[in-house]
Amino acid sequence: MKRIVLFIVAFLLWLLLTSALDWQHLSIGMGVAFLVAFLFGNIFVQQPEKCFQIKRYLWFCYYLPIFLWECIKANFDVAYRVLHPRMPIHPGIVKVRTQLKSDMAKVCLANSITMTPGTLSVDIKDEYLYIHWINVRSQDMAEATKLIVSRFERILAKIFD
Amino acid sequence: MNEIIGMIIIVVGVVFDTIGCIGLVRLPDVYNRLQAATKCVTLGTCGIMFGIFIMQGFNSLGIKALVCIPFIFLTAPTAAHALARGAHLFGVKLWEKSVCDKYEEDKKEM
Amino acid sequence: MEILILILVVLCFFCLYRVWRGLTIPDRMVAIDILAILVVGICALLAVYTKREFLIDIALAWIFLGFIGTLALAKYLSGRKFNE
Repeated sequence: MKRIVLFIVAFLLWLLLTSALDWQHLSIGMGVAFLVAFLFGNIFVQQPEKCFQIKRYLWFCYYLPIFLWECIKANFDVAYRVLHPRMPIHPGIVKVRTQLKSDMAKVCLANSITMTPGTLSVDIKDEYLYIHWINVRSQDMAEATKLIVSRFERILAKIFD
Repeated sequence: MNEIIGMIIIVVGVVFDTIGCIGLVRLPDVYNRLQAATKCVTLGTCGIMFGIFIMQGFNSLGIKALVCIPFIFLTAPTAAHALARGAHLFGVKLWEKSVCDKYEEDKKEM
Repeated sequence: MEILILILVVLCFFCLYRVWRGLTIPDRMVAIDILAILVVGICALLAVYTKREFLIDIALAWIFLGFIGTLALAKYLSGRKFNE
């Protein structure tokens, strides 16, 4: 089951990269994708039954525009702080708590935090994340969790948990 | 028409790249530099790729440029995360005007 | 198009300034990481400008080269073995 998911992903990537549809390209792609699936099938996907639930893909489509909007906002925020002559920054490292369980969800949460305005994830330990914040508004853990994590946590829990 | 829209998106991407590099030179310590540079340069390069996709349409060059976008979005924040953790374990202090450092306190307890 | 490529090359020299005048070792590594992503952008623009398609393959490979190089450098910084 795990190997089938990896085979489909690898074969789709091959099709996108070569963008040719004659039988020679296709057979070589099948062979390479089969080899990849045979070698690395155990470490790529952890819970393969989640890959076949349509609901998760719909939540992912809902998540994408929110993420892109936060990303663009983050860029204007950085532009303001960098181009301002006195540089209005108050940096610090705060600690927040997350309720997500699976590894993939935690990776996505850390990446999302890095791309959102003014935050950069430094380390993760069990359920605590350490976050470098360029403009610290609150040093308390619960308050910082509400400000940073809760925007994405609800949607990511629907996608990955 | 597609040429003009693609060109505008590419110009916006290059402007974001410029802001990121100014931040890299100007900000005071490693973590702030990493933050500004990663955000701006990632979105700027993704903008360049998307502009090329709009200029070229669905031929092989455009599709390859489109495939680059998720890879950049997956790899760049992960590299930034690894560098920040490595720098903190290496012993780089935060800027002297920083507000708080919870990670340093927790590292002593462990 | 030529002007945009020239701007990106000038930005690469900004990164090289940070590599040269780094103050600490992690500063230089951050600059190298950012330089890799800028070179990806230059390769993609050159592929359109010179109409040679293999340059975008180089860009696609360069993303992963920069990523793996940065991960290895970060492991070296945190004082651990590479094969962990």
